[in-house]
Amino acid sequence: MSELIFEQSHKGRSARAQAPRADTLKLTIPSAFMRQDLPLLPEVSELQVVRHYTRLSRKNFSIDTQFYPLGSCTMKYNPRGIHRLAMLDGFLNHHPLSLDVNSQGYMSLAYELQEILKAITGFCGVSLTPMAGAQGEFAGVAMIRAYHRSRNDTLRDEILVPDAAHGTNPATASQCGYKVREIPTGADGNVNIESLRAAVSVNTAGIMLTNPSTLGVFEQKIKEIAAIIHEAGGLLYYDGANLNAILGKVRPGDMGFDVMHMNLHKTFATPHGGGGPGGGPVAVSERLVPFLPTPMIVKVTDQQGAHYRWTTNADCPESIGRLSTFMGNAGIILRAYMYIRLLGREGMERVAEFATLNANYLLAKLKAAGFTPAYATRRASHEFIITLKNEEKELHITALDVAKRLLDYGFHAPTMYFPLLVPECLLIEPTETEPKELLDAFADTLLKIIHEGKENPQWLYDAPHTLPVHRLDEVKAARDLDLVYSK
Amino acid sequence: MPFIPHTEQDIKEMLETIGVSNIETLFDEIPENLRVKNLPFIPASLTEMELGRLMRERAAVDGGLLCFIGAGAYEHHIPAAVWEVASRGEFLTAYTPYQAEASQGTLQLLYEYQTMMASLMGLDVSNASLYEGASSLAEAILMTVRSHRLHKKYRIFLPRTVHPYYKEVVKTIVSQKEIEIIEVPFDPATGCTDMAALKKLSSSEEVTALVIPQPNFFGRLEEVDTLTDWAQAHGALVIGVVNPLMTSLLKPPGQWGKKGADIACGEGQPLGVPLASGGPYYGFLCCKKEFVRQLPGRIVGRTFDKEGKPGFVLTLQAREQHIRRAKATSNICTNQGLLVTASTIYMSLLGPHGLRQVAAKCHQNLLLLKEKLLLIPGVSLVFEGPALHEMVVRLPTSVDKVLQTLAEIKIQGGLSLSRFYPELNDCLLVCTTETKTNEDLERFAQALARALSDSKKKTIPDKEYCIV
Repeated sequence: MSELIFEQSHKGRSARAQAPRADTLKLTIPSAFMRQDLPLLPEVSELQVVRHYTRLSRKNFSIDTQFYPLGSCTMKYNPRGIHRLAMLDGFLNHHPLSLDVNSQGYMSLAYELQEILKAITGFCGVSLTPMAGAQGEFAGVAMIRAYHRSRNDTLRDEILVPDAAHGTNPATASQCGYKVREIPTGADGNVNIESLRAAVSVNTAGIMLTNPSTLGVFEQKIKEIAAIIHEAGGLLYYDGANLNAILGKVRPGDMGFDVMHMNLHKTFATPHGGGGPGGGPVAVSERLVPFLPTPMIVKVTDQQGAHYRWTTNADCPESIGRLSTFMGNAGIILRAYMYIRLLGREGMERVAEFATLNANYLLAKLKAAGFTPAYATRRASHEFIITLKNEEKELHITALDVAKRLLDYGFHAPTMYFPLLVPECLLIEPTETEPKELLDAFADTLLKIIHEGKENPQWLYDAPHTLPVHRLDEVKAARDLDLVYSK
Repeated sequence: MPFIPHTEQDIKEMLETIGVSNIETLFDEIPENLRVKNLPFIPASLTEMELGRLMRERAAVDGGLLCFIGAGAYEHHIPAAVWEVASRGEFLTAYTPYQAEASQGTLQLLYEYQTMMASLMGLDVSNASLYEGASSLAEAILMTVRSHRLHKKYRIFLPRTVHPYYKEVVKTIVSQKEIEIIEVPFDPATGCTDMAALKKLSSSEEVTALVIPQPNFFGRLEEVDTLTDWAQAHGALVIGVVNPLMTSLLKPPGQWGKKGADIACGEGQPLGVPLASGGPYYGFLCCKKEFVRQLPGRIVGRTFDKEGKPGFVLTLQAREQHIRRAKATSNICTNQGLLVTASTIYMSLLGPHGLRQVAAKCHQNLLLLKEKLLLIPGVSLVFEGPALHEMVVRLPTSVDKVLQTLAEIKIQGGLSLSRFYPELNDCLLVCTTETKTNEDLERFAQALARALSDSKKKTIPDKEYCIV
């Protein structure tokens, strides 16, 4: 029953309540401009549409339906009250180019978010415009570039990146015209300081780091790393993907970073939406403030009281510029603001505590069950890695096999094969919104799956068994491209 | 604390299992000199009820406006079914389909979206979305650069009739690489790209790509066939930047000129996405099949499982950051999945005829409004020639003051153009969509007439009203 919507079409059907009446419409456009054919869109009734997409939705795993320990993605509960309030008519039907005087509601909230994010991160400037983490990274690296250029420091053409870095980091550096130099990670999970010293030079524009790192452990020598980079004249970029681990405990500004992005769809619980939208605001130290992407909100206090306006090009002559037509993912900005207000100071301070408690608890359970942590001597942050390299060697079952079998038990699999450094790895991030008994069930299930693998590995190779499809031929998908339906 | 389920008993048992006496110990790897004690400046928590009160107050401040602004974001009727279904938890709270077998809902939907969007554009393939219109244009330009590796210099011809903010975003994104953006002037009589000026600008140099908007920022319809043929005769690639809803009525980019545009991109918001104070929206990007490996962003393909059942997966992932890292076609990871979900449902509800009816009604409202506005003394139409649902009118007085007066009676009269086009300093870009009734149009026309005659009678003090 995976019929496409097009296969359910019948000529002449549509949702008649939804389009303007056709009889009185006339056009005055010359035919040379007009379309002569009909695009391939479904011709179905409203009920058929609702039924089709409702059925499709039921084939998805989601936070609302399954435990979703996807490492580095922070799949915590997306509060429904927030979603509803973000869709209030005054916000939802408001045009972004409305006059400021008619937009003070949204602007006041976005301004407050700018201020709160500065306080959380320990930085002095914030722009809410980047629309996802990768765009935040782009803004950050572009600002680093603008900074060096403003000082006529033109030799700097390299960005350093740990070998464990998320792929968006080197991709971003390239997009900004930089060469990428990788720094190896030590066996303890920290960046190798000696290699770092050797790699730093007059060509170093900066380094991109995550802390806790993508390996799930805190980069303990971060202040030393900052000193090395700064001494060489470079700047430090903080990938805030793992902010959930340190919210309220450490501020990236205090660690020596010059610029960071946050992921609103991770740390601030805005909904992941099946692949977005996200939000990737950037925060900067003083020296990068002039380069922040526009527009930002400014508060003006005069005899009429406080009101808000957008920055103009005159306010920000050295800005790296706009990243989007309007002002970023406004609805996501609203949702992040509301999340912070719902949690409040106390709630925000507890996020990292319970995310870390859950991760360390699950790590302890899995260790006790015989699984191999990648960094056995380290504490978990809000996530941790186990490696199945021993299981692969002894039982010939891989991380992929285990992940696919987990799906049969109604758990979304953790992140697999990232970071690339650790063989057969699963990066597990429970988040703080999951109860103890679910973590117990997950640990028990993982152990059960290993036992199944011992008894009958083929059962795992053929997993998943209970989902709408079995394992899909990805090689064929890339070789025999079928990207659109045709009649 | 909201959303954290742990009881005292849970915490006790968990700490015992870990082997520590309190949660603080779990942070002992973090150097003490980095630790903060608390989060200043964050107010105490609110209940959902209290939050609702606060948000309703703020939303009310921004609400109740009659809007005639277009300029890249358009108010259309969105059937209730669109967001009822798109807000289902299984769509709302899922993430990127990394585990394809557990994401067949999203993956099939994206495949259907790709089909609809590619067909709407008259092209072969589509990706599964980018952030929004302007950045998708930047990505399209980067595609042409990647596809034209033999050029020594990259020269992109960008008409002034392209949305001014798109131009700014393109500059932000491509200026990180050595790419020259050359502006092409418009004919002040027609409001369309000046063909003679274009020929002159390109006479001695290579042209990597020509960007063609349709409709353009002024609402005017460009000579897309002539422009496309000219560009391709010069060995340049053609990027169409279009309104996808209007493309149900207009000749799509894939049918421009003799060979069709190579790439089409733009803002998907008109198709089922609310204005929402500026976002989230989504960018679409489609191309001829020969460019598919240069497409940035996610792409879904249909394949089979090992029992021969059809299914859907992310494909051509070797283009993307998680595989190619520094050599990826783009750094994009998260895109705009939820908005594409809504759009796909919207397009399914309206169908090919419904979309055309919406577009036609927008056009009809423009004709009605034009008639009314041109009756007002001093108001004139700036550009002669066909337009769909936006037009530029000249006012006999300060546009900003008129907009200010209209705003006081909750009418957003349009976009003042002086900030973007100094030569159009007394001009207003007005948009009509199918949401406007005859009464709305009449109310607007009368309010404008009154505002203009009032401004003649008394001087209104200058106020700084910044528009974004």
